[in-house]
Amino acid sequence: MLEAAYKTGLVFFPAFDWAISDTHPEREERLLYTQDQVFEEGLFDIDGITEFKAELADVRDVRRVHFCVPDEERVMTESHFISAGGAITLAKALMEKRIERGFALVRPPGHHAMRMVHGNRGFCNVNNEAVMVEFLRQTYGIDRVAIIDTDCHHGDGTQDIYWHDPDTLFISMHQDGRTLYPGSGFTDELGGPNAAGTTLNIPLPPHTSEEGFLFVIREVVLPILEEFKPDLIINSAGQDNHFTDPITNMHFSAQGYADLTRILKPDLAVLEGGYSIEGALPYINLGIILAMAGIDYSHVREPGYDLEKLRQSPQITKIIEETGKTVLQNWRQREIIGRHMKGFNKFAERRRSIFYDTDGLHETQAETLRVCDECGGALKIASRCDSGFQAMAVHIPRKACKSCKELGFTWYESADARSYDFIFLQNRTDDTYVERKRR
Amino acid sequence: MIIGLDVGGTHTDVVLVGENGLKRHAKIPTDTAALFETVLAGLEKITENINIGDISHAVLSTTLTTNAIVQNKLPPAGMIVSGGPGVNPEAFRTNQYYYITSGSIDHSGREIQPVDPDEIAAIAAKLKDQGIRNVGVVGKFSTRNTAHETRIAEIIAPHFDNVFPGHKISGHLNFPRRIHTTFLNASVYPLHKTFFEAVKTSLEHKGITIPIYVLKADGGTMAFAASIDFPGQTVLSGPSASVMGSLAFAPEKAETIVMDIGGTTTDMAVLIDRVPLLAPQGIELGRYKTLIRALHSYSIGLGGDSVIRLDGKEITIGPERNGPAMAYGGPTPTPTDALFVLGRVTGGDREKSAKGIQPIADALGLNLEQAAEAVFDRTCRQIMAAARHMIEEINRKPVYTIKELLKGHQVKPTNILVLGGPAGHFVERLADISGLPVATVPAWSVANAVGTALSRATCEVSLFADTQKGFIMAPEESFSQPVKVNFTSQEALQIGYQLLRQKAHKIGADMDSLEMDVLEELEFNMVRGFRMTGKNIRIKLQVKPGLIRNYKTITDKIAAGAAI
Ligand SMILES: [Zn+2]
Ligand SMILES: [Zn+2]
Repeated sequence: MLEAAYKTGLVFFPAFDWAISDTHPEREERLLYTQDQVFEEGLFDIDGITEFKAELADVRDVRRVHFCVPDEERVMTESHFISAGGAITLAKALMEKRIERGFALVRPPGHHAMRMVHGNRGFCNVNNEAVMVEFLRQTYGIDRVAIIDTDCHHGDGTQDIYWHDPDTLFISMHQDGRTLYPGSGFTDELGGPNAAGTTLNIPLPPHTSEEGFLFVIREVVLPILEEFKPDLIINSAGQDNHFTDPITNMHFSAQGYADLTRILKPDLAVLEGGYSIEGALPYINLGIILAMAGIDYSHVREPGYDLEKLRQSPQITKIIEETGKTVLQNWRQREIIGRHMKGFNKFAERRRSIFYDTDGLHETQAETLRVCDECGGALKIASRCDSGFQAMAVHIPRKACKSCKELGFTWYESADARSYDFIFLQNRTDDTYVERKRR
Repeated sequence: MIIGLDVGGTHTDVVLVGENGLKRHAKIPTDTAALFETVLAGLEKITENINIGDISHAVLSTTLTTNAIVQNKLPPAGMIVSGGPGVNPEAFRTNQYYYITSGSIDHSGREIQPVDPDEIAAIAAKLKDQGIRNVGVVGKFSTRNTAHETRIAEIIAPHFDNVFPGHKISGHLNFPRRIHTTFLNASVYPLHKTFFEAVKTSLEHKGITIPIYVLKADGGTMAFAASIDFPGQTVLSGPSASVMGSLAFAPEKAETIVMDIGGTTTDMAVLIDRVPLLAPQGIELGRYKTLIRALHSYSIGLGGDSVIRLDGKEITIGPERNGPAMAYGGPTPTPTDALFVLGRVTGGDREKSAKGIQPIADALGLNLEQAAEAVFDRTCRQIMAAARHMIEEINRKPVYTIKELLKGHQVKPTNILVLGGPAGHFVERLADISGLPVATVPAWSVANAVGTALSRATCEVSLFADTQKGFIMAPEESFSQPVKVNFTSQEALQIGYQLLRQKAHKIGADMDSLEMDVLEELEFNMVRGFRMTGKNIRIKLQVKPGLIRNYKTITDKIAAGAAI
């Protein structure tokens, strides 16, 4: 009889009644064949594998992470609350020691959702991982967290949320942004001045195969994790690096994903993208679940798998090795880089324009961060979206110093309610979230 | 009139029920070593001086197959298993006659690797050499494409008494469970067939020629003739007998917990508006997890004869049983002894009970009656805690759509029905603790046999359609038919109802009162290359467990009649 070496919890929420549109990759059918495979393999019968029912996240869970304009109900559907809730369910089970590892097989995905949410970007509205991490911090006092994003697309939403947080290590490995949505995630994106080096990006050339992915995990990610010493490792487990994925160009495999999981040993994994719904997802998910539970996965093989054909060129290997060197170097010099970024400035500013591809919205942001040596820094974002909404959002970080906290309040109170539709205050120090509306 | 016979661990209960309620009942000791004689004796006793022409049929619930499996007393069955990619099927090995072959099918029913006839022939030769007579054949995803199992069965059929392809045993997805279900089915086949043929022949010799039905674990029945190929379904019918016997006495619109409080265990089940809740997958027996449909039942090691333990000032009851209550000469004090001390039960030696309870009283600094009261109270609280736990487990069951989750029905018990030896004494206290109305099942001591007699035939069909590939299939029914790309789930449902009616007829259901029910109806658009190319449809239909037509005239009489 099969027995899991690690007590593993699964939440399976295929959202069989939610789709972006009838023929969109993010549609009802997406996890159907994965469910068939998981059921037919009898995974939920294995000793030590437990299936949990996803709970609903509540508005407060979302407000810990996001500013939703105009409000949560307008940018999120029920399935978003369940998807994020599924991740929370497993986080609780882990903290209560009912499981040793957990994998939330949920949709819709979330890693493109940024702190400010006006609509759907890259199939995502709410960042499931961030909602889960902030829940863990709030409820169980977890401090240092590493999020390793192995989706084929740059996890720009998660990056945005943790850009200024020195206690969250965010590493994204993905297909080079010059060749794929969202077009970001280069090695020089390292986080803001108060958190330089705790954001790291590892762009990979198209056609990277098992060899390249596992090299990055072993030679780049693991050494950094070793040094960062997180309380928890979270994996944003996107599955669109597969050689059959219709919207990307990589050469990864089910065996490769299982190996990656075995080596990375995430405490919690959350499903992200992956759109080869028949030929890849059933096998990748099977591989990941078995690897998490510490069960033999050597027989997991998708149709068309041919290691020789998928092998990467020496040229690709070379590019990856170079990128790895750069990333490690940046990591080791993060303090110098941070000091350099700070300079003698009291504030750091950032102007950006953000495109919500699914909803066709365009947003411009002006961000002001208080440069601070003691905490993540008070942050304010002035946002204008062509949906017609203008918002001012103030974030006081979880471990804010006295000055940053006071500044946050001042920003919130002094913002002119005639200029904005919404003025938000996200006070992570005492878990309160308030807003003022246009006068 | 109908005969209901339920073989229990120690007693076999037989009833004869009809328009006038309980016409006759008998209790005879069960001789596990001679089950055939026990059953026959029961049937003879109940039909004594009765006009056989007045008996429509008999329903039997036996421990035959269950015991044989648990005691490992079966002739070994062989298994030929093809897994393909995924979990190594070696993990599901049943015995030394278990062979893994090449050949595989994927989740959509596509052939990944063909069957190798030479390999199969070689395995067949080996199994034959080893003296195997019955063989199960199971492939991963055989419920999506039956071709491999059918092909293998054809190749080996000439060499064995019986070959059982897995897709006919269950249409559900779960390869390991399908392997074990098929294996158990193949294993108990000869025993079940021989036994019931012998029963039938013996009865015929005595001039009793009535149709015989067998009770299944899902609380439904099946004509004996139809059960021959599916004897696995008769495994663990015992718990369903008492649940079905309680059903008629539950309020019509209610969520009822049924508690069978015995000597060693208390068994619980749930009725929603008088329909028993089914287990999500299937029964588990020993090391076998199966796809055999069963009532959701929950058993705890706590009954009238359970051991009372004192841990400091904390009383706990069970889960062990060291023998009968001290009042009946047992070695250790039990909840039954507490009832003796309190004077609620008589007919045993109260002095011995008092002797057993006294040390507990001393340790707790209570007088004898107070200690007995504390033991009794603790027993009731443990039972209610277990009931709450069962309900939580049921409500924790995952669901897969937004609608199900948001409108997801949460079971909230509205009343409790108790049966079993000491049940009557528990009514008041269980009501106090739970805050729910509690009642005993009328004639509870034969409720199991009454339930056996009054249960109706049940069955289930599973359909799978892929309109992109252009087919609809029902694996268990060996049904498959081409469909057009615009085929709808409404049309699939119509086919399903038709297949279900045919199946119900075959297993001897009363066709005029069929209650058919949709268990699952899912329809997905299949999109390939950003274009809709077809539909993927999954449907499950059942004849739901319940009581036969006209049961009410019978159970009303039983309720009105004196307790037995
Ligand atoms: Zn992606
Ligand atoms: Zn500060």
